Amino acid sequence: MGEHMISTALVQAAEYEDANPLFPNMWEFAVAGIGFLVLLFIVIKWIAPKFEETYQNRIEAIEGGINQAEEAKAEAAALKAEYEKQLSDSRTEAAALREEARAEAAQIVAEAQEKAAAEGARIREQAHAQIEADRAAAAAQLKADVGSLATELASKIVGEALNDDARSQRVVDRFLADLDAEQQTQGAAQ
Amino acid sequence: MRGPALSSLALSAAEEDGFQPPTISETHLPEIFPWMAEWGTGFGKNMLMAILAVLLIWWLFSAGIRKQALVPGRGQFLAEGAYAFVRNTIGRDILGDKHFKPWIPLLFTVFFFVLFNNLFGAIPGLQMPTFSHAGPAYAMAALVWITWVVLGFKLHGAKFMKLMTVPSGVPKPLLIILTPLEFLSNFVIRPLTHSLRLMAVMLAGHIIVMLCGSGAEFLITQQEGVLNTGLGIAILLGSVPLYFLELIMMVLQAFVFALLTAIYIQGSIEADAH
Repeated sequence: MGEHMISTALVQAAEYEDANPLFPNMWEFAVAGIGFLVLLFIVIKWIAPKFEETYQNRIEAIEGGINQAEEAKAEAAALKAEYEKQLSDSRTEAAALREEARAEAAQIVAEAQEKAAAEGARIREQAHAQIEADRAAAAAQLKADVGSLATELASKIVGEALNDDARSQRVVDRFLADLDAEQQTQGAAQ
Repeated sequence: MRGPALSSLALSAAEEDGFQPPTISETHLPEIFPWMAEWGTGFGKNMLMAILAVLLIWWLFSAGIRKQALVPGRGQFLAEGAYAFVRNTIGRDILGDKHFKPWIPLLFTVFFFVLFNNLFGAIPGLQMPTFSHAGPAYAMAALVWITWVVLGFKLHGAKFMKLMTVPSGVPKPLLIILTPLEFLSNFVIRPLTHSLRLMAVMLAGHIIVMLCGSGAEFLITQQEGVLNTGLGIAILLGSVPLYFLELIMMVLQAFVFALLTAIYIQGSIEADAH
């Protein structure tokens, strides 16, 4: 069937010149071939490189944008870390300062207390000494005054009998000793 | 059946001075510059179409990418999409990431040259797919054939012939039959099928267009009767879906032609891989 068809077609084709569709027209062959090569040259030289360049530029632009964003992000993170470090540093520094101040204050207080105590002791000591000295002076003064007063009184009472110094001295001493003894027995009784 | 039936119909019709179906010869239009016929057959519409395709592709894609904007406008977006289709779908997917870059221009030119020339068949007024003639189809297939053969010998030396004709892992006695077959299939039949597939599809589409047109015209204007006129109008209406089918065939054939080009080149690059 197929053969019959083709042969019929061929017979029919033979009635017309160059009607066989498989037989190429060499001019058309040449024009299409050369036209294709010219177009290929144009594409290689101008069209394809421009498309590739645009494509490449776009890739770079997009990747550049991404890289920039990443850089900015990294920078921000670094800044944040630095700030945080500074913050914690200053916190520890403040804590240390506070601790130091507290210690210093305690020391100052202790020193002041010590000083005050020392001063108090010194003042007390001084007062004691003063009082002791005054008492001694007063006792000495009293002893002398009481002696002379008593002697004077006794001589006025007794008269000239008591002019002898040595004897009167002995009497006074004995009197005073008696007085002392009396006082002591009184103190002991108390 | 259809061939003889049609021709007998035509013959009987011719006797009655009736319908004359268009012949293949009529796909060869009269020359535009007949005085060139001294050296050949003159400068015809077919050649004009081929040159028009070159100029159109040049102009459209140059205009599309002129600005090289990072954020493309509509024209550039379309041009880049078309370019990326060939670059990625035909080039990268077939040839692989490593090899496809240098072949982009060739594949791009093959695809769009065939596509534009095919689409001329669907544009009223032009109505002429360049590759419905054997000459241009042979020229394209020949250039592709030369490319992959030269590339193969360049990459693999004389061994390329062995790689293309002696299948590996086949018992020796069988090679006596297989080697000539492989040679025929790869070096002779391959370019023929490559070109004839394109030519035959385009020619068939073109003949259908002629047949529909002339048949409808004959039925409507030359024949008496409502039935014949109605049939003519039905043919015209039926040719609308046929037109879209033809559009699909035109794009598909361009794609297949470029895809096969890529596959042949890939076969040359990796002839020793299998």
